[in-house]
Amino acid sequence: MVWLRQTIAVMLVSLKTIPARLGSSAVAIIGIAGVVVVFVSVLSISAGFQNAMGGGVEPPRAIILRAGSDTEMTSGLSGDDARLIKEAPGIRHEGGNPLASAELYAIVEIPKKSAPDSGANVPLRGIEPVAMSVRENFSIIEGRMLQFGTNEVIVGKAANSQYVGLNVGETLVSGQNRWKIVGIFEADGGVAETEVWCDVHLMQGAYMRVNSFSVMVVRLDSMDSFQPLTASLTKNPQLNVDVRREHEYYRSRSEAMTRLINTLGFGIAFLMGIGAVFGAVLTMYTAVATRTREIATLRALGFNTASVLVSVLAESLVLGAIGGIIGATAAYFGFNGYQTSTMNFQTFSQVAFAFRVTPGLLATGLIYALAMGLIGGLLPAIRAARLPISSALREL
Amino acid sequence: MKFLPLIWMNVWRRKIRTAFTLLCVFIAFLLFGIVMTIKGAFTLGVEIAGLDRLVLINKVTLILPLPISYRARIQQTPGVEVATHQTWFNGAYQETTNVLTTIAVEPEPFLAIYPEFVVSKEHADAWLADRQGALVGKDLAARYNWKIGDRIPLISPIWAPKSPWEFNIVGFYDGGSSVDKTQFFFRYDYLNENRSEGARDLVGWYVVKIADPSKAVDLGQTFDAMFANSGSETKTTTEKGFIEGFAKQIGDIGAITTAIASTVLFMFGMVAASTMVQSVRERTNELAVLKTLGFTDATILTLVLSESLFITVVAGGLGLAAAWLIVLRGDPTGGLLPIFVLPPADIVLGVVLMVLMGVVTGLSPAMGAMRLKITDALRRN
Repeated sequence: MVWLRQTIAVMLVSLKTIPARLGSSAVAIIGIAGVVVVFVSVLSISAGFQNAMGGGVEPPRAIILRAGSDTEMTSGLSGDDARLIKEAPGIRHEGGNPLASAELYAIVEIPKKSAPDSGANVPLRGIEPVAMSVRENFSIIEGRMLQFGTNEVIVGKAANSQYVGLNVGETLVSGQNRWKIVGIFEADGGVAETEVWCDVHLMQGAYMRVNSFSVMVVRLDSMDSFQPLTASLTKNPQLNVDVRREHEYYRSRSEAMTRLINTLGFGIAFLMGIGAVFGAVLTMYTAVATRTREIATLRALGFNTASVLVSVLAESLVLGAIGGIIGATAAYFGFNGYQTSTMNFQTFSQVAFAFRVTPGLLATGLIYALAMGLIGGLLPAIRAARLPISSALREL
Repeated sequence: MKFLPLIWMNVWRRKIRTAFTLLCVFIAFLLFGIVMTIKGAFTLGVEIAGLDRLVLINKVTLILPLPISYRARIQQTPGVEVATHQTWFNGAYQETTNVLTTIAVEPEPFLAIYPEFVVSKEHADAWLADRQGALVGKDLAARYNWKIGDRIPLISPIWAPKSPWEFNIVGFYDGGSSVDKTQFFFRYDYLNENRSEGARDLVGWYVVKIADPSKAVDLGQTFDAMFANSGSETKTTTEKGFIEGFAKQIGDIGAITTAIASTVLFMFGMVAASTMVQSVRERTNELAVLKTLGFTDATILTLVLSESLFITVVAGGLGLAAAWLIVLRGDPTGGLLPIFVLPPADIVLGVVLMVLMGVVTGLSPAMGAMRLKITDALRRN
């Protein structure tokens, strides 16, 4: 009990005198804050990317690609394939028709607003009218739906904000093709919002893919219908396809990018953390050095060494906490929600996403900051506890 | 130089403080080196891409093909030295997810256009003699332990083959540190002959070596005009611009890496500055004594600056050296960053920043020391 009271008393003294040592404390605080900002902001890139690619509630949809094709871009299905697939079990029907949409996926070169002199691979998706019913999280937010049979197109919300000239009323000129933009749609913040949608038959002509599709997107009767659907399609000798849950497909298409960003982010943050610990050590050494006489006096008075040790550790933990909070706040307000886009090299097409500073990331950042403060304060704390009282009192 | 012992003694005045400051600056420049390497990994292909090479792609998008008939017309255009084509194969090795950089080319023009790919005559001749031959980058061959004579099967989802795609490794290519040595080149005639009829005589893009780089823009416009209003319109850029386009598509890597490097250098620069301030502050008496003895103001300034420069240059130099050693071990992501090297330009930049940091962190305390009035200083306890 006495031990505890002593410790708390000494701790309060050292904490209350932090403002007197603001200069040297700033070194530790800024160091730790810097690490937290970089850590949280870099990892918020991959968190946002992953969220755009496969976040949210899993939709009851499956996609069917040619067997062995890893992406919609490299997959090819014939018109006959599409017809056979539409007859498979497990697909939801509405008004007697299967909710199965045969779509063509390619890219169209459009400059990014952030790099207007260079083209970006914006996804172009050719759809059939049934595509709207297959996707239940889709809605037009400006303009109107495209008219099938014409060269009208609708663009996703993110595509509209990231790339040049994708506004309602404008015409997208691509080679000899002219696509007229009549509407903007949103789709729950998913990848579709980076896409431009047109009539599949016109796209087939423009991209020399007569009667050919890339993918079938189907709405499942229920999440469990995936099994019978897959079984039926893979056993069909006339078809050579892979069936995947849409959610899982998009998730897997984000793996390489996410892994790359996370590896780099953790690596850099780790090294920075080591440096910040050194900075914290320096700060705490200074703190201990300026209070040598004070500490020696306390010990001469009878305060036990443990209380001194704990007080130094507490001070560096507080510095860590302050640095962590500053860093986390700066990262959150500076980066959360920042809209950007990048090329997913796994699919060779653009994905628009927003930086996402998740509560998990903030918590990790704070814990990391506390850890840095703790480790930084360890050596100085031990040194303070081991100060020989006599020589310390003699020191000026 | 006679002041070196004095400088040394003052630097190590408080051993622990100096040691940790050195460590901080060491980490700062280690990170600088690594971050610059990452930046280079995304953008370095741009440095080596020739200004005397043009790339023609389908105007709609790179993934649509161009007819092979364009080649003759391009070759005949004045100012063109060599016109050849390349086609993306999308070959996967062992698993469909393991897609390598596989490209079908015309072997002879290809070797002529790319002097940066170093190929022995023996390997080049072997490639010209074997239709199913493949020229493989040294790093790729090392990854899978491929030897000359190995028969490698690849799967491509975009080309339906008459018989399964198989290649004979007949040669390796090497190159400088900024050359991507993980690519797999094979012969176009094998691709054209083994793929389905519908895809016959179509190529991915054209690479054209021109005689005069200053004519690049004009020739580009000539080509695009030549093929305008045809079935497949073209878009011509320099090879450098073409590769730059990919880096730009990924994002402003330069801005992100610069921001991180700046944050790091600022953070640890603060540490160094704090150390210098403390070191000078606790030496006021000594500095006053030095002045009494006759040391000029300029000398005092130089002494203090030398101390801070010592810290930043020594620690920074070691940090950069450590970064260079780490980067030597190669790409840590297993293939996602084929060009992984610390660019010499950034090494020079690092040295400049070291000196700058030394000057900036030492300047204020040094000037304070220089301006010390002897009597005030001696009076101060």
